[in-house]
Amino acid sequence: MAKIIVVTSGKGGVGKTTSAAAISTGLALRGKKTVVIDFDVGLRNLDLIMGCERRVVYDLVNVIQGEAVLNQALIRDKRVENLFILPASQTRDKDALTQEGVAKILEKLREDFDYILCDSPAGIERGAQLAMYFADEAIVVTNPEVSSVRDSDRILGLLASKTRRAEQGEDPIKEHLLVTRYNPERVTSGDMLTLDDIREILAINLLGLIPESDAVLRASNQGVPVTHDISSDAGQAYSDTVSRLLGEDMPLRFHELQRKGLLSRMFGGGRR
Amino acid sequence: MKLLEFLKRERRKSASVAKERLQIIVAHQRSQRGQPDYMPMLERELLEVIRRYVHVDDDAIQISLDSEDNCSVLELNVTLPRS
Repeated sequence: MAKIIVVTSGKGGVGKTTSAAAISTGLALRGKKTVVIDFDVGLRNLDLIMGCERRVVYDLVNVIQGEAVLNQALIRDKRVENLFILPASQTRDKDALTQEGVAKILEKLREDFDYILCDSPAGIERGAQLAMYFADEAIVVTNPEVSSVRDSDRILGLLASKTRRAEQGEDPIKEHLLVTRYNPERVTSGDMLTLDDIREILAINLLGLIPESDAVLRASNQGVPVTHDISSDAGQAYSDTVSRLLGEDMPLRFHELQRKGLLSRMFGGGRR
Repeated sequence: MKLLEFLKRERRKSASVAKERLQIIVAHQRSQRGQPDYMPMLERELLEVIRRYVHVDDDAIQISLDSEDNCSVLELNVTLPRS
């Protein structure tokens, strides 16, 4: 039985898709059979971040509407075994996504996967609510910025009330905080919320911290999830995040200002 | 004296302002969590009714729903202007 994890945030542009791609890649690299589903109907992007945009034939809505079977729509990742992508539809309108349809697909995927990641669209509309509805766990992606933290709190409210687990009175969804685009330099100068500030306000378990990093844009440019860039700070931070998701105890990295050594000061070694 | 205050304000870091603002807005959001969807509408309509008789400001009305053991209490507080 697979675990269903929604990657959500409320606010757009905070790194949901980057995180869904990076975490699902990390899980598959650890041998977990993983599928990542794009719920952003109309604005699909997960395929681009995963580098499989030219292999999309059928999508989530095609499967829901019975125009294709699940196996035709699942795209096998080129780099990692055990990793599959289910793209969103680019053209259909949002109403094509139905709760019954999503339930059926997840039920089927649950049988042969270990992890199902649902990449939520921004906002709190239908697509976002469907992405979180069946979840067992939620990764709430938050930037150290007021609007993002506020929206994350709104999402926590929805996770606690508008989901299957909440409606059926089961154990609540396990909520994890993933702080992204963290810049220790700006935190030190007092112009960015600290990790502790965010944790204090949202009061949920911290899953990981991803530093603001050039590697993230480089990864999306190339369509290779940043987890593959193991020499980069962001790649390592996502790898740590995956370890914690699997229950390992990993010390936090990249949250403090690194003192630049003489060499990097001389040669200007930037963030990798 | 004014200059000193100005300098002091300058030194206040933007992150601590952000935190303070967030704590307030998040507390407000949470107080509305779990309340029925009709509450904002009910609040607006109640305000309209009251306004037919007395002129009150938008923030002069406070409405809250508290659940006790086996019943819920709808509490309505309206601050009326001094006539």
